[in-house]
Amino acid sequence: MSGIPHDHYEPTSRGEKWLHSRLPLVGLIYDTIMIPTPKNLNWMWIWGIVLTVALVLQIVTGIVLAMHYTPHVDLAFASVEHIMRNVNGGHMLRYLHQNGASLFFVAVYAHIFRNLYYGSYKSPREITWIIGILIYLCMMGTAFMGYVLPWGQMSFWGATVITGLFGAIPFVGDSILVWLQGGPAVDNATLQRFFSLHYLLPFVIAGLTVVHIWAFHTTGNNNPTGVEVRRTSKDEAERDTVPFWPYFVMKDLFALGVIMVVFFAIVGFMPNYLGHPDNYIEANPLVTPAHIVPEWYFLPFYAILRAFDSEVWLVMFVDWITFGIVDAKFFGVLAMFGAIVVMALAPWLDTSSVRSGRYRPMFKWWFALFVVNFFVLMWAGAMPAEGIYPYIALIGSTYWFAYFLVILPLLGVIEKPLPQPATIEDDFKAKYVERDDDDDAVAAPTPAE
Amino acid sequence: MFRNLTLSVIAALGLTAGGAMAAGEAGQVTDYDFSFEGPFGTYDQMQLQRGMQVYTEICSACHGLRYVPFRTLGDPGGPGLPEDQVRAYAEMFEVFDPELDGGFGGFRPATPVDHFPESQFEGAPDLSLMAKARAGFSGPYGTGLAQLFKGMGGPEYIASYLSGYTGEDRMEAGTLLYENTVFPGGWTQMAPVFYGDDVLYEDGTAATIEQQAQDVAAFLMWTAEPKMMARKQTGFAAVIFLGVLTVLLYLTNKRLWAPIKARAKETPAE
Repeated sequence: MSGIPHDHYEPTSRGEKWLHSRLPLVGLIYDTIMIPTPKNLNWMWIWGIVLTVALVLQIVTGIVLAMHYTPHVDLAFASVEHIMRNVNGGHMLRYLHQNGASLFFVAVYAHIFRNLYYGSYKSPREITWIIGILIYLCMMGTAFMGYVLPWGQMSFWGATVITGLFGAIPFVGDSILVWLQGGPAVDNATLQRFFSLHYLLPFVIAGLTVVHIWAFHTTGNNNPTGVEVRRTSKDEAERDTVPFWPYFVMKDLFALGVIMVVFFAIVGFMPNYLGHPDNYIEANPLVTPAHIVPEWYFLPFYAILRAFDSEVWLVMFVDWITFGIVDAKFFGVLAMFGAIVVMALAPWLDTSSVRSGRYRPMFKWWFALFVVNFFVLMWAGAMPAEGIYPYIALIGSTYWFAYFLVILPLLGVIEKPLPQPATIEDDFKAKYVERDDDDDAVAAPTPAE
Repeated sequence: MFRNLTLSVIAALGLTAGGAMAAGEAGQVTDYDFSFEGPFGTYDQMQLQRGMQVYTEICSACHGLRYVPFRTLGDPGGPGLPEDQVRAYAEMFEVFDPELDGGFGGFRPATPVDHFPESQFEGAPDLSLMAKARAGFSGPYGTGLAQLFKGMGGPEYIASYLSGYTGEDRMEAGTLLYENTVFPGGWTQMAPVFYGDDVLYEDGTAATIEQQAQDVAAFLMWTAEPKMMARKQTGFAAVIFLGVLTVLLYLTNKRLWAPIKARAKETPAE
């Protein structure tokens, strides 16, 4: 697939020509920064830049924190307190890093929902989507292992519960568990390997991010209409797009500014709001906390994990038909990872030829329910597994799977989509002509030419 | 009114807030007004000194503050003791020094670079981080929204706990337990320590049970979060600077896009 037609970098001076014939680095940067971008992108297209900034923030603060942190069961908790009390600016670095994880996940969930609504995962952007899912999985691994490092009570017990999930795999589970933990239980070996991997994985994410950007720079951005940029001529392409610099750089920076104000308000004024008090108690293998709860960003999947207990008839049936190999615990683990696998398969499960949810009258409602369901699952995951909560979690989990496995394939067949604009240019014009009378904010005081 | 109603509904339904509760089901925690609450809240230096006095004369008999160096008592944003007082205060405590007695180790009076001693008993937890390790508030319905408005409630929990004894006690498996309306489960191993006028405040504040409980809770909030005031200042500066930057970026962005949007209007879509 050829890219969107646009002007490429032409070296002019002798020095530039010299460099360009040896290493076309400036050309690469120019083409990346000046890439034609659909001019109708809305405010849901800002999360990529937020994610990039979050990754850089985590790497920079993390590298400095690693200079003062000690990965040892006897010293880790005290070394975090050393950072909080004695290291210059250490308390800010630590709180930025701790809340930076939440920023990262807020952005990634918004980014994923954006893709699901506007059909950004559909052909030809499947590779971008799959790489995105891989980045998300790496983020989950990194965040989980990072949460273990302060070696508080929730660190220790979270690590015990989550690594314990791998012990549910039939036949090889116990071996995998010992291999993951570096011993029979979560201990010093676990902490040290988690520290090592917590340092490694962000750079894997950085590498995947480059491939992610490469992939969607090849296919071009999706946009709120889901209609592709015209590639037949440079003139038509230019009527659908504007260059990324300066138009979207400025827009993204403004959006980033708004998000950073909120982020710094949380870090400055309530840095422990998203954390768990138990993690200010040093890890003690002899005392189990009353509720072992993961961080908020894992709660929906934690709810799915716990939803399929041994009282669900499907679980009983699978247990029976597999002669007990897939028991309730392993079923829960499969469901949790399966929830992400079905999401990754969305490009092939969604049968609708229309990309954007804007022109899909039935899809809209199912999607809205999917988003609400995500938050219900998050809430259910935080509640104890007793009373009515397992039922709520079970209904929510069922909907999660039904959305990808039943609703997306069916809707493509039964839904009658609304008419789509022929071009991005039409969509952009329609928006600003309609708003001519009532929206002063958009009215331009200066004539363009 | 609404808060009480909500709390009783939660209590009635027997709901526990997953993400917020420290350990088990805690009783009702009083929402004391501390000077350090909210974005602009600061520690009250006099209160920290009173709380330090309560800690020194009562709590330190059993509990420790292993993560708190004595020198930080003189830091800005804390109790703010002058240097000579920090030195004199540290000397009141004995610390273990492994280098004494030719490497066998021994006890000596503490200096400002030492940390507070650790707890004296296995059952007495270290108090350095206690104000952050407990959450007084939760809900409603496990959403944690109450904490958004009232704070995590760690110091409120401590103050409520210390003044939450009913005077009842009972023996259980050879341990004497004391009834406490705030402690999860209702019975705690720690004996009540406040009866009123347990310390003599130098600034003349009446040493009621609640006053002492709040003062020591404030002091423990400082031991848990000694850089709180610096953090809020940084946060405030960051919000102001980023706010101004964001306004400028908004104006820049609006101006930048104006010709693109104007051109769209000149040739309306058919």
